[in-house]
Amino acid sequence: MSSQLQNQPKRLGAGLIILGIVAIVLLMAIPLFVVRDSQFGGSDNAGAKAITAIAPDYNSQWITNFWTPPGGETESMLFALQAAAGGILIGYLFGYLRGRKAAQQSSPDS
Amino acid sequence: MTFHKRLRWSMLLVLPLLLGVRIAWAYPAAAPSSMHIMEGFLPLGWAVFWWLVALPFWIIGFIKVKKLLTEKPEQRLLLGLAGGFIFVLSALKIPSVTGSSSHPTGTGLGTILFGPFVVGILGTIALIFQALLVAHGGISTLGANAMSMAIGGPLIAYGVWRLLRGKAPSYVNVFVTAFVADLATYVITTSQLALAFPDPVSGFMGSWLTFAGIFAVTQIPLAVAEGILTVLIFNALQTSATAEMQALGLQEA
Repeated sequence: MSSQLQNQPKRLGAGLIILGIVAIVLLMAIPLFVVRDSQFGGSDNAGAKAITAIAPDYNSQWITNFWTPPGGETESMLFALQAAAGGILIGYLFGYLRGRKAAQQSSPDS
Repeated sequence: MTFHKRLRWSMLLVLPLLLGVRIAWAYPAAAPSSMHIMEGFLPLGWAVFWWLVALPFWIIGFIKVKKLLTEKPEQRLLLGLAGGFIFVLSALKIPSVTGSSSHPTGTGLGTILFGPFVVGILGTIALIFQALLVAHGGISTLGANAMSMAIGGPLIAYGVWRLLRGKAPSYVNVFVTAFVADLATYVITTSQLALAFPDPVSGFMGSWLTFAGIFAVTQIPLAVAEGILTVLIFNALQTSATAEMQALGLQEA
């Protein structure tokens, strides 16, 4: 198994990385232009609507969220906060790793 | 049953997944989709059931995280990275070809690095954040949502990862694993809803197809994007975190 792994390219080239990023952006952007008559509601009424259709008598109010954001703006802010927290962590750790690598390379001992 | 046998059983779940995707194309999803089952949208019995199913995985997960941090403290960097990745991706609502939006899961990366049980804890932390602060998902449905996103998807994906290990180029394997972790999450959500709400006429399968049309089809392009992104991160880790990746057996020395 190790010999098989050794035969593989060690790392992706810059071209492939750029291609990957372009593909990700396109996968997210194309729907916005192809599907015209939609607001892309990610709304959570979704599954709920289907449930209501299948089981009209089901009462989902037997328990409700402990706290709900007062509106869309606050909700967006909290989602942005979640993404920012993760993004800061990722950026910090990658920065640390890059710095560590640079320090190792500039030190003649290692 | 040994761990490997259990993995092989979990692989069987992938078959209905693929079949479901095939069938679901026939049901254009008109309704918007969401990742998590909302608070109150499982009856009490099912909510308790999924909590009980998730509980042993959480216990094993806690033990594994603790073990990782004591035995390989240097891996806490990558552990934080895997957690951050789940946090970012599960916060993003991304438009899809069905005209609705959905979230990626971000669980594939952690599954490859640390296995499904550790990811079970990382994913559950993200789910608790969303249930308490953003009112996405809920506490009653936390067990069910953890079983789909944090535990079940990663478990199936880990089976795929182990199966392809050494047989496919590692980047192909990383892509497929992340794709499966993402998509399997939604197939499990679909099954959970179909179990709780079987169609009065067409039964479990009828409901399953309805929910699959809502959840799984929307997810396919997002799962592809997540697969590519995970490959890019994996590549960046091999470049920058060589020592850690070698210690995890993910890079040749």
